[in-house]
Amino acid sequence: MSNAVSALNGLTAAGDVTVKEAGLRGMITLRGDFSSRKFKNICTELSGMGFPEQGKANCDGDRGLCWMSPDEILLLVAHDDVAESLTKIEKALKGQHYLAANVSDARAQISVSGPFAREVIAKLAPADLHPDHFQPGDFRRTRLGQVAAAFWLTETGAIEIICFRSVADYTFRLLAASAKAGPVGYFTV
Amino acid sequence: MLVLHCPYCGVDVDETDLHGGGEAHLTRHGPGSSDDEFHDYLFQRANPKGVHFERWRHVYGCGKYFHAARCTMTLEVFGTYSAQTLEPPQEIKDAIMAKRPDWTGGAKS
Ligand SMILES: [Zn+2]
Repeated sequence: MSNAVSALNGLTAAGDVTVKEAGLRGMITLRGDFSSRKFKNICTELSGMGFPEQGKANCDGDRGLCWMSPDEILLLVAHDDVAESLTKIEKALKGQHYLAANVSDARAQISVSGPFAREVIAKLAPADLHPDHFQPGDFRRTRLGQVAAAFWLTETGAIEIICFRSVADYTFRLLAASAKAGPVGYFTV
Repeated sequence: MLVLHCPYCGVDVDETDLHGGGEAHLTRHGPGSSDDEFHDYLFQRANPKGVHFERWRHVYGCGKYFHAARCTMTLEVFGTYSAQTLEPPQEIKDAIMAKRPDWTGGAKS
């Protein structure tokens, strides 16, 4: 068995707002019919979280469910649990039209935490991150600078970002530069 | 800057998160069609000054195509709607008529 290593191996840029690569995360792209009870049940069973509404993420620690599109869920599980989860999905959705793919090693997750974490993202994404509009549990797929990314706001005010592994270095440096440049002061905290 | 509402994600999306997909509601002519029909399907577009129906792909988001009704002159957006339709829904037609009373339902080739 090879020794799995995450994209940036936990690289951290500490500051008022800290940018940290989250390490190994289990990620499964799951496409299928959201109106199917079996589909929702297996998502809930494997993540321990409720099935998310449009544009939401229900996450806790390294487990969760992110709403990617009307027929796509990103299922987050512990990195070691991916193979077992895929077997369970295969069993639960047998006979249904669905697709499940292990994308754990094709992606990277980066956490941004600190008093103006929201502004660190707002500077980089063409998305409305105003506190009146972007709340804990809200999930958005958009871009950060020049690359595709998805992110959600946690209850603690931290922002979790998922991007492609191939652009993890760019995304990390972009976030670190945005954090280092300080707050804008547009969102009153 | 153009902002369109993605009907699948339910969010207002900046133009830079989207990719234009050209004119909407084209009739596809393939095998069995005449040369003229196939030629027009490939190359002929309405290109109106005014009300226009377009396809847009939410490429940095859900990845889905949706449709938009827009004015090519003022860039005003009348509305966006699902691509799973052969013609604009009534509420989009109503929104256009409210703003352009003399619109005759044109720009749909
Ligand atoms: Zn969308």
